[in-house]
Amino acid sequence: MSDANYPDDLRYHDQHDWARLEGDDHAVFGITWYAQDSLGEVVFYDGPEVGATVQKDSSYAEVESVKAVSDVIAPLSGEIVEINDALEDTPEKINDDPYGDGWLVKVRLTSPEEAGSLLAAAEYQKLLES
Amino acid sequence: MSDAALRRTPFHEQHEDLGAKLVPFAGWEMPVTYEGIREEHSAVRTHVGMFDVSHMGEVEVEGPGALAFLQRVLSNDVAKIELGGAQYSCLCNETGGVIDDLFTYRLGGDRYLIVTNAANHETDLAWLGRWSREFDVSVRDVADRYAMLAVQGPHARAVLSAALRIELPPRMRAWPVKIGRRPALACGTGYTGEDGVEILIDPEVAAPIWAELLDAGVVPCGLGARDTLRLEVCFPLHGNELSAERNPIEAGLGWCCAEATGFVGSDAVAEARANGTAEKLAPFLIEGAGIPRPGNPVLAGAETVGTVSSGTFSPSLEVGAGMAYLRSDLAEPGTEIEIDVRGKHRRARVASKPLYRKVG
Repeated sequence: MSDANYPDDLRYHDQHDWARLEGDDHAVFGITWYAQDSLGEVVFYDGPEVGATVQKDSSYAEVESVKAVSDVIAPLSGEIVEINDALEDTPEKINDDPYGDGWLVKVRLTSPEEAGSLLAAAEYQKLLES
Repeated sequence: MSDAALRRTPFHEQHEDLGAKLVPFAGWEMPVTYEGIREEHSAVRTHVGMFDVSHMGEVEVEGPGALAFLQRVLSNDVAKIELGGAQYSCLCNETGGVIDDLFTYRLGGDRYLIVTNAANHETDLAWLGRWSREFDVSVRDVADRYAMLAVQGPHARAVLSAALRIELPPRMRAWPVKIGRRPALACGTGYTGEDGVEILIDPEVAAPIWAELLDAGVVPCGLGARDTLRLEVCFPLHGNELSAERNPIEAGLGWCCAEATGFVGSDAVAEARANGTAEKLAPFLIEGAGIPRPGNPVLAGAETVGTVSSGTFSPSLEVGAGMAYLRSDLAEPGTEIEIDVRGKHRRARVASKPLYRKVG
Protein backbone atom coordinates (compact mmCIF):
# COMPACT_ATOMS: atom_id res chain seq x y z
CA MET A 1 0.00 0.00 0.00
CA SER A 2 1.04 3.58 -0.66
CA ASP A 3 1.86 6.13 2.04
CA ALA A 4 -0.69 8.71 3.17
CA ASN A 5 -1.12 11.43 0.56
CA TYR A 6 -3.72 13.96 -0.52
CA PRO A 7 -2.98 15.53 -3.91
CA ASP A 8 -3.51 19.28 -4.18
CA ASP A 9 -5.30 19.09 -7.53
CA LEU A 10 -8.29 17.22 -6.04
CA ARG A 11 -11.37 18.45 -4.19
CA TYR A 12 -12.45 16.48 -1.12
CA HIS A 13 -15.75 15.51 0.48
CA ASP A 14 -15.79 15.07 4.25
CA GLN A 15 -17.01 11.48 3.84
CA HIS A 16 -13.54 10.66 2.47
CA ASP A 17 -14.21 10.91 -1.24
CA TRP A 18 -12.39 12.94 -3.85
CA ALA A 19 -13.33 14.59 -7.15
CA ARG A 20 -10.94 15.56 -9.95
CA LEU A 21 -12.64 18.30 -11.97
CA GLU A 22 -12.16 17.97 -15.74
CA GLY A 23 -13.27 20.83 -17.99
CA ASP A 24 -16.39 22.76 -17.04
CA ASP A 25 -18.75 19.95 -16.23
CA HIS A 26 -16.99 16.61 -15.77
CA ALA A 27 -15.30 14.99 -12.79
CA VAL A 28 -13.67 11.72 -11.81
CA PHE A 29 -14.57 10.30 -8.35
CA GLY A 30 -12.72 8.04 -5.98
CA ILE A 31 -12.09 7.39 -2.31
CA THR A 32 -9.25 8.96 -0.35
CA TRP A 33 -6.11 7.35 0.97
CA TYR A 34 -7.60 7.60 4.47
CA ALA A 35 -10.79 5.81 3.36
CA GLN A 36 -8.98 2.86 1.79
CA ASP A 37 -6.57 2.63 4.73
CA SER A 38 -9.41 2.55 7.27
CA LEU A 39 -11.21 -0.10 5.28
CA GLY A 40 -8.22 -2.35 4.68
CA GLU A 41 -7.70 -4.60 1.65
CA VAL A 42 -10.61 -4.07 -0.72
CA VAL A 43 -11.91 -7.42 -1.98
CA PHE A 44 -15.11 -6.32 -3.69
CA TYR A 45 -16.33 -3.20 -5.47
CA ASP A 46 -19.98 -2.78 -6.40
CA GLY A 47 -20.45 0.33 -8.52
CA PRO A 48 -23.14 1.92 -10.69
CA GLU A 49 -23.68 1.45 -14.45
CA VAL A 50 -23.01 4.07 -17.11
CA GLY A 51 -26.11 6.26 -17.36
CA ALA A 52 -27.00 6.08 -13.68
CA THR A 53 -27.44 9.36 -11.85
CA VAL A 54 -25.67 10.20 -8.65
CA GLN A 55 -26.69 12.72 -6.02
CA LYS A 56 -24.21 14.77 -4.01
CA ASP A 57 -23.90 13.42 -0.43
CA SER A 58 -25.69 10.16 -1.33
CA SER A 59 -24.26 6.69 -1.69
CA TYR A 60 -23.60 5.51 -5.25
CA ALA A 61 -21.34 2.46 -4.71
CA GLU A 62 -20.02 0.04 -2.11
CA VAL A 63 -16.48 -0.96 -1.35
CA GLU A 64 -15.87 -3.99 0.81
CA SER A 65 -12.86 -5.24 2.62
CA VAL A 66 -12.58 -8.63 4.32
CA LYS A 67 -13.85 -7.03 7.50
CA ALA A 68 -16.34 -4.35 6.53
CA VAL A 69 -18.51 -2.77 3.88
CA SER A 70 -18.57 0.95 3.26
CA ASP A 71 -20.85 3.21 1.24
CA VAL A 72 -19.18 5.47 -1.27
CA ILE A 73 -20.64 8.96 -1.15
CA ALA A 74 -20.90 11.13 -4.27
CA PRO A 75 -19.00 14.38 -3.76
CA LEU A 76 -21.02 16.02 -6.57
CA SER A 77 -24.24 15.36 -8.55
CA GLY A 78 -24.37 14.12 -12.11
CA GLU A 79 -24.67 11.24 -14.55
CA ILE A 80 -22.17 8.40 -14.82
CA VAL A 81 -20.43 8.49 -18.21
CA GLU A 82 -17.61 6.05 -17.59
CA ILE A 83 -16.81 3.37 -15.03
CA ASN A 84 -13.54 1.74 -14.07
CA ASP A 85 -14.12 -1.80 -15.40
CA ALA A 86 -10.79 -3.03 -14.05
CA LEU A 87 -12.12 -2.88 -10.48
CA GLU A 88 -14.39 -5.87 -11.02
CA ASP A 89 -11.41 -8.23 -11.21
CA THR A 90 -8.83 -6.16 -9.37
CA PRO A 91 -10.58 -4.11 -6.67
CA GLU A 92 -7.25 -3.94 -4.80
CA LYS A 93 -6.28 -1.13 -7.19
CA ILE A 94 -8.34 1.06 -4.84
CA ASN A 95 -5.73 0.36 -2.15
CA ASP A 96 -2.69 0.40 -4.39
CA ASP A 97 -3.45 3.65 -6.19
CA PRO A 98 -6.55 5.40 -4.78
CA TYR A 99 -6.08 8.54 -6.93
CA GLY A 100 -4.91 6.81 -10.11
CA ASP A 101 -5.77 3.26 -11.23
CA GLY A 102 -8.19 3.02 -8.33
CA TRP A 103 -10.55 5.72 -9.65
CA LEU A 104 -14.22 4.68 -9.52
CA VAL A 105 -16.39 6.63 -11.96
CA LYS A 106 -16.42 9.55 -14.36
CA VAL A 107 -19.42 11.83 -14.09
CA ARG A 108 -21.03 14.56 -16.22
CA LEU A 109 -21.91 17.12 -13.58
CA THR A 110 -25.44 18.47 -13.45
CA SER A 111 -24.60 21.16 -10.90
CA PRO A 112 -20.91 22.02 -11.32
CA GLU A 113 -21.29 24.88 -8.84
CA GLU A 114 -21.58 22.29 -6.05
CA ALA A 115 -17.79 21.98 -6.23
CA GLY A 116 -17.57 25.19 -4.22
CA SER A 117 -18.64 23.31 -1.11
CA LEU A 118 -15.84 20.72 -1.34
CA LEU A 119 -12.62 20.92 0.64
CA ALA A 120 -9.12 21.68 -0.55
CA ALA A 121 -6.42 19.12 0.30
CA ALA A 122 -5.16 21.11 3.28
CA GLU A 123 -8.67 21.54 4.69
CA TYR A 124 -9.40 17.85 4.30
CA GLN A 125 -6.18 16.90 6.06
CA LYS A 126 -7.05 19.27 8.90
CA LEU A 127 -10.38 17.45 9.21
CA LEU A 128 -8.56 14.12 9.47
CA GLU A 129 -6.35 15.42 12.26
CA SER A 130 -9.22 16.85 14.30
CA MET B 1 -17.38 2.80 26.32
CA SER B 2 -14.82 5.54 25.83
CA ASP B 3 -11.34 4.67 24.59
CA ALA B 4 -9.88 5.77 27.93
CA ALA B 5 -11.65 2.90 29.65
CA LEU B 6 -10.24 0.25 27.28
CA ARG B 7 -7.95 -2.32 28.83
CA ARG B 8 -4.59 -3.12 27.27
CA THR B 9 -2.88 -6.50 27.11
CA PRO B 10 0.75 -7.13 28.12
CA PHE B 11 1.59 -7.12 24.37
CA HIS B 12 0.23 -3.62 23.79
CA GLU B 13 3.58 -1.96 23.17
CA GLN B 14 4.51 -4.68 20.70
CA HIS B 15 1.31 -4.01 18.75
CA GLU B 16 2.02 -0.29 18.65
CA ASP B 17 5.64 -0.86 17.58
CA LEU B 18 4.40 -2.92 14.63
CA GLY B 19 1.86 -0.26 13.65
CA ALA B 20 -1.14 -2.51 14.28
CA LYS B 21 -4.62 -1.20 13.61
CA LEU B 22 -6.09 -1.23 17.13
CA VAL B 23 -9.82 -1.43 17.76
CA PRO B 24 -12.06 -1.70 20.82
CA PHE B 25 -13.12 -5.32 21.37
CA ALA B 26 -15.07 -6.51 24.41
CA GLY B 27 -13.65 -3.68 26.50
CA TRP B 28 -10.07 -4.23 25.32
CA GLU B 29 -7.91 -2.39 22.84
CA MET B 30 -6.95 -5.19 20.43
CA PRO B 31 -5.10 -5.44 17.11
CA VAL B 32 -7.45 -6.17 14.22
CA THR B 33 -4.59 -6.41 11.71
CA TYR B 34 -0.92 -5.51 11.26
CA GLU B 35 -0.09 -5.86 7.56
CA GLY B 36 -3.45 -6.98 6.17
CA ILE B 37 -5.99 -9.65 7.02
CA ARG B 38 -5.40 -11.74 3.87
CA GLU B 39 -1.66 -11.92 4.42
CA GLU B 40 -2.07 -12.88 8.08
CA HIS B 41 -4.74 -15.44 7.23
CA SER B 42 -2.51 -17.07 4.67
CA ALA B 43 0.48 -17.09 7.06
CA VAL B 44 -1.54 -19.26 9.46
CA ARG B 45 -2.80 -21.59 6.71
CA THR B 46 0.67 -22.13 5.21
CA HIS B 47 3.29 -21.29 7.84
CA VAL B 48 2.80 -19.93 11.36
CA GLY B 49 1.12 -16.92 12.95
CA MET B 50 0.67 -15.65 16.50
CA PHE B 51 -2.35 -13.98 18.03
CA ASP B 52 -2.45 -11.99 21.25
CA VAL B 53 -5.51 -13.47 22.94
CA SER B 54 -4.72 -12.09 26.38
CA HIS B 55 -8.17 -10.52 26.48
CA MET B 56 -9.57 -13.98 27.12
CA GLY B 57 -10.22 -14.70 30.79
CA GLU B 58 -9.05 -17.51 33.05
CA VAL B 59 -10.89 -19.02 35.99
CA GLU B 60 -9.31 -21.55 38.32
CA VAL B 61 -11.53 -24.14 39.92
CA GLU B 62 -10.02 -26.13 42.76
CA GLY B 63 -11.13 -28.35 45.60
CA PRO B 64 -12.50 -31.78 46.47
CA GLY B 65 -15.82 -30.86 44.86
CA ALA B 66 -14.26 -29.52 41.61
CA LEU B 67 -15.33 -32.41 39.40
CA ALA B 68 -18.88 -32.56 40.77
CA PHE B 69 -19.19 -28.78 40.42
CA LEU B 70 -17.92 -28.66 36.84
CA GLN B 71 -20.11 -31.62 35.94
CA ARG B 72 -23.06 -29.52 37.16
CA VAL B 73 -22.23 -26.34 35.20
CA LEU B 74 -20.49 -27.55 32.03
CA SER B 75 -22.33 -29.34 29.23
CA ASN B 76 -19.64 -31.90 28.42
CA ASP B 77 -18.74 -34.95 30.51
CA VAL B 78 -15.99 -33.45 32.63
CA ALA B 79 -15.16 -36.87 34.14
CA LYS B 80 -13.59 -37.72 30.79
CA ILE B 81 -10.83 -35.11 31.13
CA GLU B 82 -7.68 -36.92 32.16
CA LEU B 83 -4.88 -35.22 34.00
CA GLY B 84 -3.31 -32.89 31.44
CA GLY B 85 -6.36 -33.08 29.23
CA ALA B 86 -8.47 -30.39 27.55
CA GLN B 87 -12.17 -30.30 26.74
CA TYR B 88 -14.59 -27.99 24.95
CA SER B 89 -17.91 -27.24 26.63
CA CYS B 90 -20.88 -24.94 26.79
CA LEU B 91 -21.90 -23.09 29.92
CA CYS B 92 -25.70 -23.23 29.77
CA ASN B 93 -28.45 -21.48 31.66
CA GLU B 94 -31.53 -23.35 32.97
CA THR B 95 -33.31 -23.07 29.63
CA GLY B 96 -30.32 -24.49 27.75
CA GLY B 97 -29.19 -21.11 26.38
CA VAL B 98 -25.44 -20.76 25.91
CA ILE B 99 -23.95 -18.28 28.40
CA ASP B 100 -20.47 -18.97 27.01
CA ASP B 101 -18.44 -21.62 25.24
CA LEU B 102 -15.12 -22.50 26.83
CA PHE B 103 -12.14 -24.77 27.13
CA THR B 104 -11.41 -26.56 30.39
CA TYR B 105 -7.91 -27.84 31.18
CA ARG B 106 -7.24 -30.29 33.97
CA LEU B 107 -4.11 -29.10 35.74
CA GLY B 108 -4.23 -31.41 38.75
CA GLY B 109 -6.34 -34.08 40.44
CA ASP B 110 -8.95 -31.57 41.56
CA ARG B 111 -7.64 -28.44 39.88
CA TYR B 112 -8.99 -27.11 36.59
CA LEU B 113 -8.47 -23.97 34.50
CA ILE B 114 -11.31 -22.57 32.40
CA VAL B 115 -10.65 -20.10 29.59
CA THR B 116 -13.52 -17.69 28.99
CA ASN B 117 -14.44 -15.28 26.22
CA ALA B 118 -13.45 -11.71 27.11
CA ALA B 119 -16.97 -10.32 26.70
CA ASN B 120 -18.43 -13.01 28.99
CA HIS B 121 -15.74 -13.27 31.65
CA GLU B 122 -17.60 -11.34 34.35
CA THR B 123 -20.92 -13.05 33.58
CA ASP B 124 -19.24 -16.46 33.69
CA LEU B 125 -17.55 -15.65 36.99
CA ALA B 126 -20.83 -14.59 38.58
CA TRP B 127 -22.59 -17.70 37.24
CA LEU B 128 -19.83 -20.07 38.37
CA GLY B 129 -19.65 -18.33 41.76
CA ARG B 130 -23.38 -18.72 42.28
CA TRP B 131 -23.43 -22.47 41.53
CA SER B 132 -20.20 -23.15 43.40
CA ARG B 133 -21.87 -22.50 46.76
CA GLU B 134 -23.43 -25.96 46.65
CA PHE B 135 -19.99 -27.60 46.32
CA ASP B 136 -16.74 -27.88 48.23
CA VAL B 137 -14.79 -25.87 45.69
CA SER B 138 -13.15 -22.50 45.19
CA VAL B 139 -13.64 -20.45 42.03
CA ARG B 140 -10.93 -17.85 41.44
CA ASP B 141 -10.60 -15.17 38.79
CA VAL B 142 -6.98 -15.56 37.64
CA ALA B 143 -7.24 -13.55 34.40
CA ASP B 144 -4.59 -11.06 35.56
CA ARG B 145 -2.06 -13.84 36.07
CA TYR B 146 -1.79 -14.71 32.41
CA ALA B 147 -0.88 -13.29 29.06
CA MET B 148 -2.14 -15.62 26.34
CA LEU B 149 -0.63 -16.18 22.95
CA ALA B 150 -2.05 -18.51 20.28
CA VAL B 151 0.66 -19.78 17.93
CA GLN B 152 -1.06 -21.45 15.00
CA GLY B 153 -0.20 -22.95 11.65
CA PRO B 154 1.44 -26.04 10.13
CA HIS B 155 4.87 -24.92 11.36
CA ALA B 156 3.70 -23.71 14.78
CA ARG B 157 5.02 -26.65 16.77
CA ALA B 158 8.41 -26.79 15.12
CA VAL B 159 9.01 -23.05 15.43
CA LEU B 160 7.67 -22.78 18.97
CA SER B 161 9.53 -25.73 20.45
CA ALA B 162 12.80 -24.59 18.83
CA ALA B 163 12.41 -20.96 19.91
CA LEU B 164 11.30 -21.64 23.48
CA ARG B 165 13.11 -24.97 23.96
CA ILE B 166 10.08 -26.67 25.45
CA GLU B 167 8.28 -29.92 24.81
CA LEU B 168 4.80 -29.23 23.50
CA PRO B 169 1.64 -31.13 24.35
CA PRO B 170 -0.18 -33.03 21.61
CA ARG B 171 -3.59 -31.88 20.39
CA MET B 172 -6.20 -31.53 23.14
CA ARG B 173 -3.61 -31.91 25.90
CA ALA B 174 -2.16 -29.25 28.18
CA TRP B 175 0.78 -29.31 30.52
CA PRO B 176 2.93 -27.00 32.62
CA VAL B 177 6.17 -25.74 31.08
CA LYS B 178 8.75 -23.06 31.87
CA ILE B 179 8.67 -20.11 29.50
CA GLY B 180 11.05 -17.23 30.15
CA ARG B 181 12.07 -19.12 33.33
CA ARG B 182 8.54 -18.66 34.65
CA PRO B 183 5.82 -21.26 35.11
CA ALA B 184 3.52 -21.36 32.10
CA LEU B 185 0.89 -23.58 30.57
CA ALA B 186 1.13 -24.97 27.03
CA CYS B 187 -2.13 -26.17 25.47
CA GLY B 188 -2.61 -28.10 22.23
CA THR B 189 -5.66 -26.09 21.27
CA GLY B 190 -6.62 -23.26 18.93
CA TYR B 191 -9.32 -21.52 16.96
CA THR B 192 -8.02 -21.59 13.39
CA GLY B 193 -8.46 -25.12 12.07
CA GLU B 194 -4.68 -25.47 11.90
CA ASP B 195 -2.38 -27.36 14.21
CA GLY B 196 -0.97 -25.16 16.92
CA VAL B 197 -0.48 -24.35 20.55
CA GLU B 198 -1.84 -21.75 22.94
CA ILE B 199 0.50 -20.63 25.69
CA LEU B 200 -0.53 -18.97 28.94
CA ILE B 201 2.47 -17.10 30.26
CA ASP B 202 3.48 -14.69 32.99
CA PRO B 203 2.65 -11.14 31.79
CA GLU B 204 6.17 -10.14 32.88
CA VAL B 205 7.75 -12.22 30.11
CA ALA B 206 5.19 -11.37 27.41
CA ALA B 207 7.39 -8.79 25.66
CA PRO B 208 10.59 -10.92 25.35
CA ILE B 209 8.62 -14.00 24.25
CA TRP B 210 6.87 -11.97 21.55
CA ALA B 211 10.23 -10.63 20.34
CA GLU B 212 11.72 -14.13 20.28
CA LEU B 213 8.86 -15.54 18.21
CA LEU B 214 8.94 -12.54 15.87
CA ASP B 215 12.66 -13.22 15.30
CA ALA B 216 11.83 -16.86 14.62
CA GLY B 217 9.62 -15.74 11.72
CA VAL B 218 6.21 -16.07 13.37
CA VAL B 219 3.79 -13.65 11.67
CA PRO B 220 1.77 -11.40 14.05
CA CYS B 221 -1.94 -11.80 13.28
CA GLY B 222 -4.91 -9.77 14.45
CA LEU B 223 -8.51 -10.45 15.31
CA GLY B 224 -9.48 -9.95 11.65
CA ALA B 225 -7.60 -13.06 10.53
CA ARG B 226 -8.69 -14.91 13.65
CA ASP B 227 -12.29 -14.36 12.56
CA THR B 228 -11.82 -15.39 8.91
CA LEU B 229 -9.81 -18.48 9.96
CA ARG B 230 -12.39 -19.70 12.47
CA LEU B 231 -15.26 -18.99 10.08
CA GLU B 232 -13.71 -21.06 7.29
CA VAL B 233 -13.66 -24.08 9.60
CA CYS B 234 -17.09 -23.23 11.08
CA PHE B 235 -16.06 -22.70 14.70
CA PRO B 236 -18.85 -20.78 16.43
CA LEU B 237 -18.26 -17.37 17.98
CA HIS B 238 -20.20 -16.41 21.10
CA GLY B 239 -22.21 -13.29 20.34
CA ASN B 240 -22.65 -14.40 16.72
CA GLU B 241 -23.53 -18.11 16.56
CA LEU B 242 -23.99 -18.61 20.29
CA SER B 243 -26.10 -16.69 22.79
CA ALA B 244 -28.21 -17.16 25.90
CA GLU B 245 -31.22 -17.37 23.54
CA ARG B 246 -29.84 -20.31 21.51
CA ASN B 247 -29.26 -23.85 22.74
CA PRO B 248 -26.25 -25.99 21.77
CA ILE B 249 -28.38 -28.36 19.67
CA GLU B 250 -29.48 -25.71 17.16
CA ALA B 251 -25.88 -24.44 17.10
CA GLY B 252 -24.63 -27.89 16.08
CA LEU B 253 -22.85 -28.41 19.42
CA GLY B 254 -24.78 -31.49 20.52
CA TRP B 255 -21.46 -33.36 20.44
CA CYS B 256 -20.24 -31.46 23.51
CA CYS B 257 -23.41 -32.02 25.54
CA ALA B 258 -23.69 -35.03 27.84
CA GLU B 259 -27.22 -34.66 29.19
CA ALA B 260 -26.80 -37.77 31.37
CA THR B 261 -24.53 -35.76 33.68
CA GLY B 262 -27.52 -33.61 34.67
CA PHE B 263 -25.80 -30.29 33.97
CA VAL B 264 -27.73 -27.05 34.37
CA GLY B 265 -29.85 -26.78 31.23
CA SER B 266 -29.58 -30.50 30.38
CA ASP B 267 -33.36 -30.99 30.41
CA ALA B 268 -33.84 -28.27 27.81
CA VAL B 269 -30.95 -29.62 25.74
CA ALA B 270 -32.36 -33.17 25.91
CA GLU B 271 -35.74 -31.85 24.79
CA ALA B 272 -34.18 -29.98 21.86
CA ARG B 273 -32.19 -33.06 20.85
CA ALA B 274 -35.26 -35.32 21.00
CA ASN B 275 -37.76 -33.02 19.29
CA GLY B 276 -35.50 -31.02 17.01
CA THR B 277 -35.31 -27.25 16.80
CA ALA B 278 -37.12 -24.78 14.54
CA GLU B 279 -33.80 -23.47 13.23
CA LYS B 280 -30.34 -24.91 12.76
CA LEU B 281 -26.97 -23.35 12.17
CA ALA B 282 -25.59 -24.08 8.70
CA PRO B 283 -22.55 -22.88 6.77
CA PHE B 284 -23.01 -21.51 3.26
CA LEU B 285 -21.04 -20.14 0.32
CA ILE B 286 -22.08 -17.31 -1.98
CA GLU B 287 -22.18 -18.30 -5.64
CA GLY B 288 -20.78 -15.32 -7.49
CA ALA B 289 -20.41 -11.79 -6.17
CA GLY B 290 -21.35 -10.49 -2.76
CA ILE B 291 -20.09 -10.71 0.79
CA PRO B 292 -22.56 -11.72 3.48
CA ARG B 293 -22.53 -9.93 6.83
CA PRO B 294 -24.08 -10.72 10.23
CA GLY B 295 -27.77 -9.83 10.33
CA ASN B 296 -28.39 -10.29 6.59
CA PRO B 297 -31.76 -12.02 6.01
CA VAL B 298 -31.71 -15.43 4.29
CA LEU B 299 -34.39 -16.03 1.66
CA ALA B 300 -35.84 -19.06 -0.09
CA GLY B 301 -38.15 -17.91 -2.85
CA ALA B 302 -40.00 -14.90 -1.46
CA GLU B 303 -39.85 -16.17 2.09
CA THR B 304 -37.42 -15.14 4.82
CA VAL B 305 -36.06 -18.40 6.22
CA GLY B 306 -33.19 -17.32 8.43
CA THR B 307 -30.49 -14.85 9.40
CA VAL B 308 -26.74 -14.72 8.80
CA SER B 309 -24.85 -15.03 12.10
CA SER B 310 -21.33 -14.54 10.67
CA GLY B 311 -20.28 -13.56 7.18
CA THR B 312 -17.09 -12.48 5.52
CA PHE B 313 -14.93 -12.76 2.45
CA SER B 314 -13.11 -16.10 2.76
CA PRO B 315 -9.43 -15.48 1.98
CA SER B 316 -8.77 -19.19 1.29
CA LEU B 317 -11.80 -19.80 -0.93
CA GLU B 318 -11.94 -16.24 -2.32
CA VAL B 319 -15.73 -16.02 -2.10
CA GLY B 320 -18.30 -14.70 0.32
CA ALA B 321 -18.84 -17.26 3.08
CA GLY B 322 -20.77 -17.45 6.29
CA MET B 323 -22.96 -19.25 8.75
CA ALA B 324 -26.68 -18.71 9.20
CA TYR B 325 -29.53 -19.89 11.35
CA LEU B 326 -31.96 -21.45 8.88
CA ARG B 327 -35.35 -23.13 9.09
CA SER B 328 -34.26 -26.67 9.99
CA ASP B 329 -35.63 -28.35 6.84
CA LEU B 330 -33.40 -26.08 4.73
CA ALA B 331 -30.19 -26.57 6.72
CA GLU B 332 -29.01 -29.43 4.49
CA PRO B 333 -25.88 -29.18 2.32
CA GLY B 334 -26.79 -28.35 -1.27
CA THR B 335 -29.92 -26.32 -0.51
CA GLU B 336 -30.12 -23.21 -2.66
CA ILE B 337 -30.77 -20.02 -0.74
CA GLU B 338 -30.40 -16.29 -1.27
CA ILE B 339 -28.75 -13.84 1.05
CA ASP B 340 -30.18 -10.34 1.16
CA VAL B 341 -26.97 -8.34 1.26
CA ARG B 342 -28.03 -4.74 1.75
CA GLY B 343 -30.98 -5.12 -0.58
CA LYS B 344 -29.22 -7.22 -3.23
CA HIS B 345 -30.22 -10.87 -3.39
CA ARG B 346 -27.05 -12.95 -3.64
CA ARG B 347 -27.30 -16.62 -4.67
CA ALA B 348 -25.82 -19.00 -2.13
CA ARG B 349 -25.81 -22.67 -1.28
CA VAL B 350 -25.78 -24.45 2.06
CA ALA B 351 -22.46 -26.27 2.42
CA SER B 352 -21.07 -28.92 4.72
CA LYS B 353 -18.63 -28.29 7.57
CA PRO B 354 -15.89 -27.23 7.38
CA LEU B 355 -16.08 -24.73 4.51
CA TYR B 356 -12.31 -24.92 4.14
CA ARG B 357 -10.60 -28.27 4.18
CA LYS B 358 -6.88 -28.72 4.15
CA VAL B 359 -5.56 -30.35 0.99
CA GLY B 360 -3.22 -33.28 1.60
